[in-house]
Amino acid sequence: MEDMLFYDRMQFAFTITFHYLFPQLTMGLSLMIVYFKWKFLQSKVEKYNDAAKFWMKIFALNFAMGVVTGIPMEFQFGTNWAKFSELTGGVIGQTLAMEGMFSFFLESSFLGLFLFGEKLLGHKLHFVTGFLVFLGSWASGYLIIATHSWMQYPVGYEIVENGKFVLNNFGALFSNPWLLPAYLHNQFASIITSSFVVAAIGAFYILNNKHSEFGKLFVKTGVIFGLISSVLVAFPTGDWTAKNVAKHQPVTFAAMEGIFETEDGGSEIVLIGQPNILEKKLDNKIAVPNILSFLTHKDWNAEIKGLNEFDEKNYPTNIPGLYYSYHIMVGLGTIFIGLMLLAAIQLYRKKLYKTKWILWVLMFMLPFPYIANTTGWYTAELGRQPWLVYNLLRTSEGASPTVSSGNTLFTLLGFIGLYLLLGLLFLMLAGKIINKGPQLNQQH
Amino acid sequence: MELFWYIVLMTMLAIYVILDGYDFGAGIIHLFFAKKEKDKKAITNAIGPFWDANEVWLIAAGGVLFFAFPTLYASSFSGFYLPLIMILWLLIFRAIGLELRGQIHNKMWTSIWDKAFGISSLLLALFFGVALGNVVRGVNLGNVVNGVSTQEAHYFFLPLWNPTFSPQTEQLGIIDWFTLLLGIIGVIALTIHGANWIIFKTNSSLNEKLKKVVFTLSFVLLVLVIISLFIWHIIEPKPFHNFIQNPWLWIFPIITFTGLFGLFRVRSFKKHGKGFLFSSLFLFGGLTSTVASIFPKVLPSTNNVNPDLTLYNVAADDYGLSVGISWFVIAVILVIAYFTIQYRVFKGKMDDVGYGEH
Repeated sequence: MEDMLFYDRMQFAFTITFHYLFPQLTMGLSLMIVYFKWKFLQSKVEKYNDAAKFWMKIFALNFAMGVVTGIPMEFQFGTNWAKFSELTGGVIGQTLAMEGMFSFFLESSFLGLFLFGEKLLGHKLHFVTGFLVFLGSWASGYLIIATHSWMQYPVGYEIVENGKFVLNNFGALFSNPWLLPAYLHNQFASIITSSFVVAAIGAFYILNNKHSEFGKLFVKTGVIFGLISSVLVAFPTGDWTAKNVAKHQPVTFAAMEGIFETEDGGSEIVLIGQPNILEKKLDNKIAVPNILSFLTHKDWNAEIKGLNEFDEKNYPTNIPGLYYSYHIMVGLGTIFIGLMLLAAIQLYRKKLYKTKWILWVLMFMLPFPYIANTTGWYTAELGRQPWLVYNLLRTSEGASPTVSSGNTLFTLLGFIGLYLLLGLLFLMLAGKIINKGPQLNQQH
Repeated sequence: MELFWYIVLMTMLAIYVILDGYDFGAGIIHLFFAKKEKDKKAITNAIGPFWDANEVWLIAAGGVLFFAFPTLYASSFSGFYLPLIMILWLLIFRAIGLELRGQIHNKMWTSIWDKAFGISSLLLALFFGVALGNVVRGVNLGNVVNGVSTQEAHYFFLPLWNPTFSPQTEQLGIIDWFTLLLGIIGVIALTIHGANWIIFKTNSSLNEKLKKVVFTLSFVLLVLVIISLFIWHIIEPKPFHNFIQNPWLWIFPIITFTGLFGLFRVRSFKKHGKGFLFSSLFLFGGLTSTVASIFPKVLPSTNNVNPDLTLYNVAADDYGLSVGISWFVIAVILVIAYFTIQYRVFKGKMDDVGYGEH
């Protein structure tokens, strides 16, 4: 039983981590492609249209990867988490089925038109198809976060015989107080990913003296989008999300922040330290007094409950994992704001394209938004443990009763092998597109 | 309410089989009949702009199944654990093959991904037939051994096969000689369907040959369908019970055989879409006849201890189902609009370069 749960969780964690590498780029990138196409319609400067077409290719590749790795996500609810599906399908089935009907059809139909239809449609309609692809991908994110929010903060349900969750208020799924902050936080984070990717490729072109006109355009666009989104991801959306956690999941909040003991006269904010679960304290701690109380409650002396106040049965199952995920996310987010601010200042002073070290840093920052997004997702998911539906359904009660651990291990290994291949091929193909680069007046 | 969603779900599955079915079929044709690069290119172009969107019907149907019939979703997905995960792998593998074959111009590279695309299409067609066979044959609900359930009444788990390979034992496997027969029918039906699509959408030099293939395979298909009906009679004593009770249900088998007999005239069709129309009718009729024959069961139980799963005992609650109708109707109208636009923009035959590369 223990084994089975472990492999089920590993499989879900592995497949969703790999899957989410792709949608986080496509959601942000679709916005930037729409922006490039719009600039082209405004200015009729061919460069913008070529930029849109270039990023479309990267988008298409990512989208295809997102689709093929997304189907296993849906299937796993039934295959590995049958009990969970049976008990909650009547509620979260709504948002998941809506995702299929409203966003996937929209995205896939218009992506085909956007990719193949420029000549057939003309530029204005081509812009419209691009906009619809953007709309579809953002709707998809919305419905997934709505599902996720319900698991964090269940609303609009009643529990009937056999522990089944039954929907009794459809509207509540969408007015869930958890939903809007989490959604906006997530969307700005995905714009960060796309900004850093666009800026990194741009920096690569400038530093290589290759397609440098596009390089400048990409760096500029990436820095502007990146600065705005990395500020917004921290404030107000990140702050708002953290306050939600503090209010509704105080035990999660304590573990995230590394607060073991409730302190009189306000809690400190931990910058660095390693959770020591055995002795219930942080090792090698560097902390600033009273800041956490202020950030959370606008009161320097507000009390924040430490882990000592809660029943150990309800502790997040992996406190160090949760603590590190959260701190890596916040740390990287802070670095993003600093770097983008610096780059924006240089851009304003018209010196950015010559400031080599910033370009180098921008280029090598490419993987970090992915890490920040992934650890952000881990923070949310590890924070909810040991619950599948917060305070109502334990993870251990949600797994498939008939599937043995050997079967799950077998399929886990299969996914690892297949995704390794998929990842290698993706890098190869993306590298090929980037190396070829955008071209002015390219034949299409 | 349950009935509405049942019809919705079956319709979505039928659409999925007809749409993704032709691109599985195209994959099988690609594997066995396309020798020249020009023909291969024609085949991949014929499905290029469509297969991605076709697959969305599977995801959407899965979503509707999850939402409207959560108990069936939980029971069948964990019960058919291994084949479903393998179907996922095959779908991924097939997509990789299709996306990658044209990326590098190297003979070995292209031929590796061609094989990946073709073989996974073939196996998927086989698995879908086998899946239908499992639904008709039923499963050992509750994993009953000697009259005692080892699981909750609606849960089960099937290994890929058992040593006896027989559909008539207590400990069933996914693949036995009956489900395998339906798998082979699936492969042949989708090969015909794919060939018709290629004839419809391209001016490939293969087209005349494909018409002959459709004609020959249609005979094989007819023979196998008749054999399977006899065998079905042995496994399930009253397979035609529903049809005798409700004569209007005969419309579904009539559609099936209209489609099948229409295919024999494939060589004389002047309008190329006609063959595709008939193979679609066959698939639609075959699928609906099968589910009509077990209605209102959705997954029969092979033991006498636990009851069959029917659409009434696996459905979600009434409130959820009725709220769902309102958003679903809006969504369907939008989906029809998208597909109309898409198929109008990409109407007619594909030329040698398709619609450009991406």
